[in-house]
Amino acid sequence: MLLMQIDWFFLVEKLSLITTILLISLAIAAYATWAERKVSAIMQDRIGPSRAGIFGLLQPLADGGKLFFKEEIIPTNANKFIFIFGPCLFMTTALMTSAVIPWGPSFEFAGHTVSLQVADINIGMLFVFGVVSLGVYGIMLGGWASNNKFSLLSSIRAASQAISYELAMGLSLIALLMLTGSLSLREIVDQQHGFWNDGYFTWNFFKQPLGFFIFLVCAFAELNRAPFDLPEADSELNMGYHLEYSSMKLGLYLFAEYINMFISSAVMSVLFFGGYNYPGMDWVSANLPAWVFTFSCVSVFFIKIIAFILFFMFIRWTLPRFRYDQLMKLGWKSLIPLALVNMLITGGVILWLTK
Amino acid sequence: MGAGVLILLIICGVAFAGGGIILSWAIAKRSTNLVKGEPYECGIPTSGTSWIQFNVGYYLFALIFLVFDVELVFMYPWAVVVKSVGMVGLVEIVIFMFILFMGLLYAYRKGALKWM
Repeated sequence: MLLMQIDWFFLVEKLSLITTILLISLAIAAYATWAERKVSAIMQDRIGPSRAGIFGLLQPLADGGKLFFKEEIIPTNANKFIFIFGPCLFMTTALMTSAVIPWGPSFEFAGHTVSLQVADINIGMLFVFGVVSLGVYGIMLGGWASNNKFSLLSSIRAASQAISYELAMGLSLIALLMLTGSLSLREIVDQQHGFWNDGYFTWNFFKQPLGFFIFLVCAFAELNRAPFDLPEADSELNMGYHLEYSSMKLGLYLFAEYINMFISSAVMSVLFFGGYNYPGMDWVSANLPAWVFTFSCVSVFFIKIIAFILFFMFIRWTLPRFRYDQLMKLGWKSLIPLALVNMLITGGVILWLTK
Repeated sequence: MGAGVLILLIICGVAFAGGGIILSWAIAKRSTNLVKGEPYECGIPTSGTSWIQFNVGYYLFALIFLVFDVELVFMYPWAVVVKSVGMVGLVEIVIFMFILFMGLLYAYRKGALKWM
């Protein structure tokens, strides 16, 4: 009887959506490594990967294949279980965040409404926060279990940095929440419909520019990207927490980092840049076939994501690394007070406008 | 339905992460060697254990974080309904934030936010 109650169409829809999203995340993460090498090469007047395939486009596949065939070394004194558990946790949390992101508008297919979002939960933003803060455990456990002083120092740095910037991130989002009045990412995207409405820009970036900049800086810190790459710091800590890792376990760490970058770009474009909304989408939805509309929305969303990923890369190859005391100073003494002020101003303006 | 799908996604994520490790374990060559198992610290022989005490500064930041994170959780429900609770809600949250801001200021004056 129980089997009869399961909505098979729903199950197949969700399973195929999950598989597609995971595969796309991996493909984008793989090609982000290629893009990073190309971008750095261009910025430093080099050529970058060029041997495997045209423009070196097969390089990520070669790298991935190589990682599978590499010998895995577990240090004798390491805590074996946690050593393996760390990268798995990091990868799983990186993949989990994609669940609540709306990739496109719902569409009709074979008499069913298909939603391009794995789970439309009403606390989407809290879910993202929860999973992101779980992610730091992957780094912490991996670095600690390696039984290496560099790794240990790196994992403590990562944890301390992540918790410091999580606060400013949360505070900058509270100002945004006051405008949207909802934690569901789908609803936040729907509120930013189009681009221009009754003399106002609909995208949240135009209502919360300061909030966006705080969020952006915190995203850099949460991702351990330069200029906040102190946990990795290749010139002082030898790549830090994944120093002792080899083979696919190293691959999971590297991949998960790029997946995190992809997901946080997606979250930023959903929260501040209208997700899959674009100027003139009403005209497209009224005059062109439905599949063109869906396809254009999803493409616009991915263009925004790729733009953010490239921005992350440009910054990495432009700015030098912070010192640790500067990092803490920026987080606690600048960003948190700034986010609090931003919140108060937003609250005042909202009440003034609703009066 | 949302929670069920989330569990499905978690299972897929675990399967992917575990699958990668198991596949590489199955196809990669392995050999053991005494030197291979040593921690890599730039080639110099390791002195002492690696699980050591670390700078107390990290601990202080963790404590302050705890206070502010709980504060954040308290502010989320208010932020969602700010339009309907109106001025009373804003004044109350300003008082709440003022107290917490005093806490931050106290930590600042005591030098807890200063990196040593």
